[in-house]
Amino acid sequence: MSCSRGSFLFASDMPLRAYRVLPLAVLSVATLLLAGACGSGNDLILATTTSTNDSGLLDEIVPLFEKSNDYNVKIVAVGSGQALEMGARGDADVLLVHAPSSEEEFVAAGNGVNRQLVMHNDFIIVGPADDPAGVRRATDAISAIHAILKSEASFISRGDASGTNALELSLWHELSFDPGGQSWYEETGQGMGQTLQVAGQRDAYTISDRGTYLALRDVLDLDILHEGDPRLLNIYHVMQVNPDKFGDVNAEGAAAFVAFMVSPEAQALVAEFGVERFGRPLFIPDAGKTEEELRENR
Amino acid sequence: MSAKLSLRGVVVLRGRAEVLRVPHLDVIEGEVLAVLGPNGAGKSTMLQVLGLLERPATGEVLFGGELALGRELELRRRMAAVFQDPLLLDRSVAANVGLGLSLRGMPRRERTERVDRWLARFDIDGLAHRSCRHLSGGEAQRVSLARAFVLEPEILLLDEPFSALDQPTRDSLVGELASVLAETAVTAVFVTHDRDEAARLAHRVAVLAGGDLRQVGPTAEVYSTPADETVARYVGVETVAPARVLTSNDGLVILGVGEAQVEAVANGFPADEALVCLRPEDVVLYPGGVDVPGSARNHLRGVVRRITPSGAEVRVAVDCGFPLIASITRRSLEELGLAVGSAVVASFKATAVHLIARGAEHR
Amino acid sequence: MDLIFDGIGGAVKILISGDQDVWEITFRSLAVSGSATALALVIGIAIGATLAFRRFAGRNIFVTLVNTGMGFPPVVVGLIVAILLWRSGPLGQLNLIYTPGAMVIAQTVIAVPLVTGFTIAALGALPPQLRTQLYGLGASRLQMLWLVLQEARLPLFAAIMAGFGAAVSEVGASIMVGGNLSGETRVLTTAIVQEVSRGNYDIALALSFILLVLILLVTAVLTTVQQRERPT
Repeated sequence: MSCSRGSFLFASDMPLRAYRVLPLAVLSVATLLLAGACGSGNDLILATTTSTNDSGLLDEIVPLFEKSNDYNVKIVAVGSGQALEMGARGDADVLLVHAPSSEEEFVAAGNGVNRQLVMHNDFIIVGPADDPAGVRRATDAISAIHAILKSEASFISRGDASGTNALELSLWHELSFDPGGQSWYEETGQGMGQTLQVAGQRDAYTISDRGTYLALRDVLDLDILHEGDPRLLNIYHVMQVNPDKFGDVNAEGAAAFVAFMVSPEAQALVAEFGVERFGRPLFIPDAGKTEEELRENR
Repeated sequence: MSAKLSLRGVVVLRGRAEVLRVPHLDVIEGEVLAVLGPNGAGKSTMLQVLGLLERPATGEVLFGGELALGRELELRRRMAAVFQDPLLLDRSVAANVGLGLSLRGMPRRERTERVDRWLARFDIDGLAHRSCRHLSGGEAQRVSLARAFVLEPEILLLDEPFSALDQPTRDSLVGELASVLAETAVTAVFVTHDRDEAARLAHRVAVLAGGDLRQVGPTAEVYSTPADETVARYVGVETVAPARVLTSNDGLVILGVGEAQVEAVANGFPADEALVCLRPEDVVLYPGGVDVPGSARNHLRGVVRRITPSGAEVRVAVDCGFPLIASITRRSLEELGLAVGSAVVASFKATAVHLIARGAEHR
Repeated sequence: MDLIFDGIGGAVKILISGDQDVWEITFRSLAVSGSATALALVIGIAIGATLAFRRFAGRNIFVTLVNTGMGFPPVVVGLIVAILLWRSGPLGQLNLIYTPGAMVIAQTVIAVPLVTGFTIAALGALPPQLRTQLYGLGASRLQMLWLVLQEARLPLFAAIMAGFGAAVSEVGASIMVGGNLSGETRVLTTAIVQEVSRGNYDIALALSFILLVLILLVTAVLTTVQQRERPT
């Protein structure tokens, strides 16, 4: 094999190897330093939903937890589906989500323990002020969406396996109707905020949690057209990712967080949250109750 | 005289093809060695191997008698290279000239002093602070030369440095280079395809063709006694004619060349077949019917077949039983009143005839 | 339109008021993307010089990969890096997920092909015999590389600006590996997305304006250096 024309690799030149190793060394050192810089012992990964995070509640309640406990909470806001997925891989320590049927499967699969009810708010059906489908006249949630179906009015769905999406699909299911593929039904695949904004721009109907809607009300052009149906309850649970199944989770931190969320201190904050800005609280604290109780009381 | 740089058993490949084969070459200390040959002969390759700028597939390079292997950077810093393209960096002239010195870590004060000296030597001190972007070809090449000489190298390598320049610039630079080479007595290897440049600058000439070293020797020797036909044509021996040896005694050889006979001086010429070689300037032409004076042994009658001007001279192709080229001045052409078809007598000494044994040019 | 003017006004107000959070995320944007660009330069120039100068079997495949990498979707890079860094992933033990370090890694991976591609082009445009000439004047391999990079400084600075631009405007990958955590991994781009999601268009625009100014300042500095005439 001949020496290629362009190679001047003579041993007496600065060794090529040192030159090559240099960038890798810099990268490794930098990585290690950065890795070391982030403490691992008192990190707590909380997987929650975008709507919960966007409501701003966690911005108030989590610092309270961090102060009284020595934990650094990392709030990862994704859809309920993804949050449960993360839990199922052991990539999160504690979950705060609102998709009860999926959560039950999660616990049944052995991925979650110590599941506690924290609070609830509700979903509302919103749409354009002129309400072409006549949703305002509906007596319950089912007849409301039935009206939308009948008039083939434009409807925006989250389509992202979130708790909100699960609730919406359960309503269609009750009508034995599959909206997928209908020309008036569109899925954004995104969070509540984005979905509401799309609905607002398109003068379309959608189902939203009250909290996110209230936060965005000023920039949206949508009215609340139906509320109050027991089906529209949005119930939040907190639970630990099973430490017996996933050895790397921060079990103490997770347990402490669960205990904190149902503590009187946290519950009081939940009851107050949103009153100043919206005139009414965004969430109703429910620690100690069961899901059945909530639905009956509606 | 010691060999400063040597090649032993060197073979260079491009892909699978051998492009250079040098079993043995010495560059003698203090000499200027010209490497002559046609394009693609391997001259630049050989220069790069000598300069430790390319590693041969097999063979060794010796510097001062010792293997260069493992010491390439150190030895390269005792040499300097100049190429056909000046390849200057986008900086000032002075910065370019001082480049090699700063690569070797010379402190700025000393560097500036040396750079100034060599800028003056090559007549470019006025350009010292100019950017290199807009220099003329000649100026740029002066910078390149100064950049090499400022290093006061033990060996200087030049690869056709003047080929891209116009004639007057080239002539003037060749002259300057000749004087600097003589002053500094540096060992230099000089690649060129211009035989006149080689004749002017070099002590010895190496002729490369097809990747092989055909002949190495003192300039005058190679030019007057080329070893084979390829070398002969390259050094300007324009008459090369096949011949049969008729008689050979007392140092005088008579050969039959075409329909004519030629007398040559050669002691004990070995072969029966030969090539008769004559430099055009060694042939004198006389008008056809005249009695030819002089002591030359060869007077051949012939007819002018072609007249070709060549610079200040004229090449006259004569058919005197074999094709023969003579070189005469324009003046002589007029005085002789020669034209195509004129009858002439071509006269040359027996000693001017160089014989090459046939079969010698193919290896 | 009012929204945009309000945004600019809001930005100025925020900067003057010295809002702690905003300065913090601005600084973090600069630090994370600056580090990523620096790392990408070291790696990219090394690889680029090798591909520009050496001929070896399979070189064309590598160059094709580099060119592909230049157009590679950053969000896919983010996803792959995230999968690697998750606790459940092969590099989970490094505890890098949701840290600025993870963002530096993702942004570096995104920027390296750009820097490499530009470097190959820049060095490939130089006269091929230049390297031989520099060696012929006694340059070592490293000296030669340094000189050659200086000769190609115009396109190389373009490489730096392209790398930085790609890193600092990255959002999808940054969210995936960083988590947009307040006080830890929030940078201008991820904060903008969050504010839009929350309907706070005015804040989002203010942050956008700040980001643009940041990019402009960095680019202005680099351009000035790039265009500066070399001292003799």
